[in-house]
Amino acid sequence: MLPAFFILIGTNTFGLPFWLAAILGGAATLILLGLAFKKLMVDPMIHHGVLPLVIATIGLAILMKEAVREFYGADAWPFPALWATTDVTVFGAVFAVQSLLILAVCIVVVGALQLFLAGTLTGRCMQATAQNPAVARLLGIRVERMVLYTFLINAGLVWIAALLVTPIYLAKFTNGEILGLYAFIAAIIGGFNQARGAILGGLLLGVIDNFCAVYISSNYRMAIPLLILIVVILVRPQGLLGRVEERTV
Amino acid sequence: MTWSRKIVSVGILALASAFLLFAPLGLKPYGIFILSMWAVMTIAAIGLNLTLGYAGQISLAQAAFVGIGAYVTGWLTTKGAWPFWPTYFLGFASCFVVGWLLGYPALRVQHHYLAFVTLAFNTLVYLVFRNEEWLTNGIYGLTNVPRPSLFGYSLKGAKEFYYFCLAHLVFVSAATWWLIRSPWGRAFVAVRENPIRALSLGVDTRRYTLMAFAIGAGLGGISGTLYAPLTQFVDPTPFALGLSLNLLLMVVLGGSGYFFGPFLGAVVAVLLPEWLRFAQGYYLMGYAVLVIVMMAFWPSGLLGLADRLLKR
Repeated sequence: MLPAFFILIGTNTFGLPFWLAAILGGAATLILLGLAFKKLMVDPMIHHGVLPLVIATIGLAILMKEAVREFYGADAWPFPALWATTDVTVFGAVFAVQSLLILAVCIVVVGALQLFLAGTLTGRCMQATAQNPAVARLLGIRVERMVLYTFLINAGLVWIAALLVTPIYLAKFTNGEILGLYAFIAAIIGGFNQARGAILGGLLLGVIDNFCAVYISSNYRMAIPLLILIVVILVRPQGLLGRVEERTV
Repeated sequence: MTWSRKIVSVGILALASAFLLFAPLGLKPYGIFILSMWAVMTIAAIGLNLTLGYAGQISLAQAAFVGIGAYVTGWLTTKGAWPFWPTYFLGFASCFVVGWLLGYPALRVQHHYLAFVTLAFNTLVYLVFRNEEWLTNGIYGLTNVPRPSLFGYSLKGAKEFYYFCLAHLVFVSAATWWLIRSPWGRAFVAVRENPIRALSLGVDTRRYTLMAFAIGAGLGGISGTLYAPLTQFVDPTPFALGLSLNLLLMVVLGGSGYFFGPFLGAVVAVLLPEWLRFAQGYYLMGYAVLVIVMMAFWPSGLLGLADRLLKR
């Protein structure tokens, strides 16, 4: 939600062209949701366990939502699409070019992420940090910097997601709630420690969600993904594609 | 506990009780309503504190139990024309049973996975409230939920019903106080601190985990059965995920695992937004900043902070 409004502030308030506003919005996202979030909220609180951090992020969500509503307005704003909203026919089926573009970007991003994590030194250092920070530090990995990288990558991905999804859903201050919930469910179903897991989870979730809305009941479209979530957590807590991480007792 | 600490605590407790007893005499009906709401939400938060603070099981479904309690009382007293008390016990009992069942996932998964199971459960319950119109009247809600009477004395007035809620709060607090000082309370803490050690010492962790969920949920149900006659209107919206997060905020902000934590947390979550209303559109922003700052500097909650200050 926030990156979309950064970009809108750029185009509507300062009259910048869309591409420039998008880049500036991306930079603002990286600084605020990546750097500032990590330095100002996560760093001071993480020593005290997860719960205070969860509460603080709930507070942050209220703050961002209310700030957007107060300073920008409660309306849903149209958002320029990256690509012309035309349709193409492939093998007799009609697709919106926009959807195909989203799918393509998604595959490219996940592929790139996978390559980065598995193939580069930095990526492997990040994985080591995730598995065991203490040992990673012993091996000379700069743990703090690796954690910072993950937050920056997260902010970057959020920015890309905002660019792709906002033209469809319009920019509204409540956008974050439902989309954030779906993102979490997708990540758990697919498996937390796998980038490909997220893509599988997201795909399953989207398809099942829409099939339910059409064939079962649109009132209960949210229910089936949640039931799947419960079943996946109880039967396969590591997610469909996830690996089990061994832990000592 | 040293003597000076004991005197300070007793003094604060006496002042707070005096305020709660006499405040309604000088308040407008809306103020009394907010205070009653504080009492009702504190009961739900005490339940969550039992599950989360003492037994260490995170639950994001407390709003669902408040909702179940509210719908049981609301539906039976309007459509079924039942008197209040049977619905009160039924509300508690049904939440106790559902809470017991919801405890089973906690035997398999922990931490954020458990949070997500309970979150999903809360949303499912909300969807049932919203969509099963034949049962819950959907988004139109149940209107004109009657307020009960006690020994022939009507509790229709705002002040009378406030004292009714306050009496419940005192009763629930006393029962919880007794519970956490009984062997059960110690077993809960043992399950929180080290489940494996507790198990090896002969504590039936399985039973106590389920029990922690069931009792916490039951208290949520009691809060719900009071909520319905307090607002006299039950609709699905208040029992969505937002209230569960808010109750979690109350427990952690007040001091999770401290007996009086939920009381203070509910002050912050229920009363503070009302006091900040003079700031108009900015009041929720100010509230959010306050919550973030509190968590950054006093992660163990307000009572954790008080504990530290008194120890110096």
